[in-house]
Amino acid sequence: MDLADTPEEREFRARLREWLAEALPALPPRPAPDDWPGRRAHDLGWQRMLYDAGYAHVHWEASASIRLIFLEETERAGAPYVGANFVGLLHAGPTIAAEGTAGQRARWLEPILRGEEVWCQGFSEPGAGSDLAALRTRAWRDGDDYVVSGSKIWTSHAEVADWCELLVRTDPSAPKHRGITWLAMPMDAPGVTVRPLRTLAGSAEFAEVFLDEVRVPAAHRVGDENDGWRVTMVTLSFERGTAFAGEVVACRRVLGELARTARENGRWDDPALRRRLGRLNAEFRALWRLTQWNVSAAEASGGVPGVGGSVFKLRYSHARQELYDTAADVLGPDSLDLDRPWTLDRLSSLSYTIAAGTSQIQRTIVAERILGLPKGR
Amino acid sequence: MRFHLTDDQRALRDGVRQLLARRFDREALWAAVAAPGLDRALWRALGEAGFFALRLPEADGGVGLGLPEAVLAFEEAGRALLPGPLIATHLAAGSVPGAATGEAVVTAVDGGLVEWLAEADVVHGGADRAPLPRPGEAVPLRSVDPLTPLHRVPGPGPGLGPDRARAGDPALVAVLLTAAEQLGTATRVCELAVQHARTREQFGQPIGAFQAVKHLCADMLVRAEVARAAVYAAAVTAGPADIATARLLAGEAALRSTRDCLQVHGGMGFTWESEVHLHLKRAWVRARRGGDVTDSEELLAADLVA
Ligand SMILES: Cc1cc2nc3c(=O)[nH]c(=O)nc-3n(C[C@H](O)[C@H](O)[C@H](O)COP(=O)(O)OP(=O)(O)OC[C@H]3O[C@@H](n4cnc5c(N)ncnc54)[C@H](O)[C@@H]3O)c2cc1C
Repeated sequence: MDLADTPEEREFRARLREWLAEALPALPPRPAPDDWPGRRAHDLGWQRMLYDAGYAHVHWEASASIRLIFLEETERAGAPYVGANFVGLLHAGPTIAAEGTAGQRARWLEPILRGEEVWCQGFSEPGAGSDLAALRTRAWRDGDDYVVSGSKIWTSHAEVADWCELLVRTDPSAPKHRGITWLAMPMDAPGVTVRPLRTLAGSAEFAEVFLDEVRVPAAHRVGDENDGWRVTMVTLSFERGTAFAGEVVACRRVLGELARTARENGRWDDPALRRRLGRLNAEFRALWRLTQWNVSAAEASGGVPGVGGSVFKLRYSHARQELYDTAADVLGPDSLDLDRPWTLDRLSSLSYTIAAGTSQIQRTIVAERILGLPKGR
Repeated sequence: MRFHLTDDQRALRDGVRQLLARRFDREALWAAVAAPGLDRALWRALGEAGFFALRLPEADGGVGLGLPEAVLAFEEAGRALLPGPLIATHLAAGSVPGAATGEAVVTAVDGGLVEWLAEADVVHGGADRAPLPRPGEAVPLRSVDPLTPLHRVPGPGPGLGPDRARAGDPALVAVLLTAAEQLGTATRVCELAVQHARTREQFGQPIGAFQAVKHLCADMLVRAEVARAAVYAAAVTAGPADIATARLLAGEAALRSTRDCLQVHGGMGFTWESEVHLHLKRAWVRARRGGDVTDSEELLAADLVA
């Protein structure tokens, strides 16, 4: 049991740190939250820089320890997080790498890594959120194409995406988990309409997507027809696995800034508030240790991220909300000012116990799949 | 980074678990509850197995292992509800003759309390470095935990504030080992709750099929897993902030999960026959050791602006 870098890890960390110190000052600031085209350009520019420096593959091919070092060092240096590339880099890409054909890997992976194409995730529907397998968007075969009709909702970054990882029902008569297929759909295909939805934070970062007889080549199917649920589980294990790890480092940085702010504005003198900050420090330190523990255990056993991701996601989503609630108590009246960055962060933290599977759903997964409790009727 | 158990560490953990299953099974536990008193033969058996001398250098007749191994052993002690001033005796190995081998029972003053005073051969100033009680000064309490007799001594002694905590301080090691025991409790009560939820039927199905029960159990596992990562990391670094983190997370896991375990057991959980209350009461006793929780919170607050 140790936490020290291996010689190879030490070398990687040093090289990355040096590169970041040179590369970051050249990077322009990230545009405002409601400027998604601007953010897309910015986030892709950063991905391109990573690609040119040889770091683009880090989420997919490097060992998980190397990935943690990457997340730790980029966050510490104040580098952007994956941003608009979230779906492509952290779930569609890894899913295609694991389940796609050689041709599909060749077509889609490089553009993601080079920062040329943005993906979105079309899983949820108005009638299928937690009960994801209840999805009704239909696809039927017509020659070399699937023809897709239906609608998706809560699709993050749909407005600026080039591709969508889309779940469709290809066999309505099969049991609900069986008749699903995973498709890569071009967002500029005729029949795709994106209607932005305003979030409670005021910006439009997700959307409704209407699909009216959209033609998707059958060659864009990842996995077998009607075997999409299995492919989806692969995608979700990436989504809940290490996808949030970098954010823990970010939360630890915010916590330090909060403490310094509290010292400047006098709130630090309140012992109750100070101790809450101390407890949050414990919480995020422990979450980082849990990340290291999970990653190290998975590496030792040669496994992929399993349901352990649900344990992490459950605890992290609540801790993040507690962090920004505490920030509001540090800021006092300023916490009601939308021009203060922590106010928007507080609002967006409200989604963490919902998106990527609600806390209730994660608890059920932990109880049934890890603890082996019987399924409810 | 190799932050997982090595084969040797796994073997050590399994060895301690087997030893305790043999020498302190549930029958022995209930016998001890019925007739409190320290089992000297068991104490010597622990000594022989190296429990107290685990971190003593081999040159001094010890096992020569480190904090990670000690944490694994104390986690098992916590799981098994092993009674006695285990940590004080472990810390005294090397300085008090007979402690390393389990010939001597050593206890310590901590937070105005002394555990197992009447059974101890030696009393230490302990984590708080408080003055030793003079004869007649220590007053017995009717201890809430049937397996931890307690005496009260004058003066609470100083806490574990930011100024006092230095890496390597035995007081810090005591806090860490207590956290390891709390982790053992948190893990064990999660198992007990899950076992019960799988077998107890109501409304024609195991209660574990009901989501309200399921979610209590899931939260117990999450608390235990976060605490485990914190405790093991603190054992590796031995840093004051990491140890404070371990204490907060493991303490919370033990205190809240013992309650949830009781809830899952229903009326059965409120009976003396159920093991659950023994875990809960021990967790309460441990939570009082090594200064107040607020000391650890203050230490971690100070760490943010250091
Ligand atoms: C910011 C944000 C971004 C998102 N981005 C995307 C995206 O890019 N692509 C995408 O496909 N989806 C996305 N989602 C959708 C997200 O995955 C769903 O919102 C989520 O799975 C919950 O589904 P729902 O909203 O339909 O809520 P519902 O399933 O209707 O749940 C409502 C409430 O009922 C509870 N509930 C439901 N079923 C159960 C049950 N069996 N047991 C106990 N409680 C239950 C839930 O926990 C919740 O509290 C996003 C959501 C948010 C908030």
